Amino acid sequence: MSIATQTPQERSGVRHALTELYHVFNTNKTSWVGLIIFLIVAVLALLAPWIAPHDPLEQNIVDALQPPSDTYWLGTDSFGRDVWSRILWGGRISLFVSVMSIGIAMVIGGALGIIAGYKGGRIDQIIMRCMDVLLSFPTLVMGLLVVAVLGANLTNLIIAIALTVVPKFARIARAPTVAVKEQDYIEACRALGYSDTRIMFVHILPNVVGEVLVLASLWTATAVRIEAYLSFIGLGVKPPTPTWGGMIRQGFEYILDAPWMCIYTGLAVLILVFSLNLLGDGLRDAIDPKLRNE
Amino acid sequence: MLRYTLKRLGSTIPTLIAVLTVIFVIIRIAPGDPAIAILGDNASQQAIDALRDRLGLNEPLLEQYWYFLTDALTGNLGNSLVSGRSVLNEVLEVLPHTLDLTIASIIIGVIVGIPVGILAAVYRNGPVDYVARITSLLGLSFPSFYTAILLILAFAIHFPWFPVISNANLSDPGDRLYNLVLPALSLGLIMVAYVARTTRASMIEALGADYIRTARAKGAPALVVIARHGFRNAIIPVITVIGLYLGILIGNSVIIEIVFNRPGLGKLIVGALEQRDYTMLQGLMVIYAFFIVLTNLVTDLAYGMSDPRVKYQ
Repeated sequence: MSIATQTPQERSGVRHALTELYHVFNTNKTSWVGLIIFLIVAVLALLAPWIAPHDPLEQNIVDALQPPSDTYWLGTDSFGRDVWSRILWGGRISLFVSVMSIGIAMVIGGALGIIAGYKGGRIDQIIMRCMDVLLSFPTLVMGLLVVAVLGANLTNLIIAIALTVVPKFARIARAPTVAVKEQDYIEACRALGYSDTRIMFVHILPNVVGEVLVLASLWTATAVRIEAYLSFIGLGVKPPTPTWGGMIRQGFEYILDAPWMCIYTGLAVLILVFSLNLLGDGLRDAIDPKLRNE
Repeated sequence: MLRYTLKRLGSTIPTLIAVLTVIFVIIRIAPGDPAIAILGDNASQQAIDALRDRLGLNEPLLEQYWYFLTDALTGNLGNSLVSGRSVLNEVLEVLPHTLDLTIASIIIGVIVGIPVGILAAVYRNGPVDYVARITSLLGLSFPSFYTAILLILAFAIHFPWFPVISNANLSDPGDRLYNLVLPALSLGLIMVAYVARTTRASMIEALGADYIRTARAKGAPALVVIARHGFRNAIIPVITVIGLYLGILIGNSVIIEIVFNRPGLGKLIVGALEQRDYTMLQGLMVIYAFFIVLTNLVTDLAYGMSDPRVKYQ
């Protein structure tokens, strides 16, 4: 964030933050590449009901374990189901779980971080202590525990992932808040009698948005992986619904006869995660003056 | 420094108690009776009552909480419901396998990642940097099971050099190492990516400092500037960050252990989930939590040591 070079007027307003975001995208071209790949994956997954060549659940035992061909582009699994169609449908689950969980975590964590940083004192202590506690669990282990206890379904999966990521957002939002709140223009806002809520979410928020968005894209990448891991372990959305992790687990059992099941599904996870990392990484480089490419 | 250390140590205990409380709450909010969950719907009322009694579920909640806390803090994790053996003993038995895996992957990460990161920083924005950045970003995008599966396909099936199932005999160092190669590479490659990126960022910052310009101006050889003036200042954040990545490693080791069918904490946890081994699950959570609280403490102390400003906060 280039806080130091901005004048107070420039700093307020979410619209300004968005314009800055656009410039940030242009500063580092890799973020565009990441965004485009991500959008392609997202569109393919969203259009799955219309573009998938086969029904993802339709079993066809005669065609079981077929290698990639003209009929089955990426081969079939042990029930004769089309791997490509299942990858498209599985992508919907991956995207839904990761985007929802990170969206929820971003809003809650971001708000908690700004409140902690702005209010300071006891409130800051309590919020950040709670965040430390949640941070004490490795994301995957926490996810395992929550899903195991609450039961494996879509909602619990989202809760489990969001819960482990909230503290990351709280921390990243708190730091710039603490730095900004002592500045003159915030003092001016107080003198004008603005409410704390207005100061926090109109005048401080734009200073926080950049870093929060970077973190969001990087953590969406992790959420995609966590969802895949949990399904791989058998704690994801239940079969026969196609999930990438579940497909890889099933493919792993047939790795000698039908390696395409693992290879292509894993590739799908990799492409989605890589695109989000490219996006987040490019954005981070662009907003971090220390790493800026100039 | 002493005051900072004591203060940080002091705040560890409440954090630990809070972490244990979270575990207690999560395990207790599970819908349904754990005894029924363990025994199945068809169990007799007698059996359910007996198990509830054994698990202490008939005590008042506060009392249960108190026993849970004191037991956890004194290292009494109870007995596995499946094997009947002490949870702590079962954990200690497989812990060397998990430690082997994590330590080996950190070593791979450091040996490969640091030189790559330094090269990328020194030749910043050149082709070397570009290739290093893209490959490391790709490396940390790899889901760990995918790396593991590709390595198995290549080096256990296509070239049958290494075992598909990694079940090492701990008393035979050769066998232990042989079984470690593929699992450690699966995790290590991710570590390489993380370490290389952190080293690069940290080196770029160090190399941009005024004292580097001074060193160059007084005619110090390039290698001395990079190694003595640059790297020595850049290494501290790298060490600290490795501590932070331990959490990622621990999580990923669960997956690697399943793919390679390798004994360890990860396999223990998945086994406990499948068999509804309630005490084992609870005990493993406590151990993970202890481990992470400890790592956070060490990381914070390392920060304090490397950056005097931290102590004033």
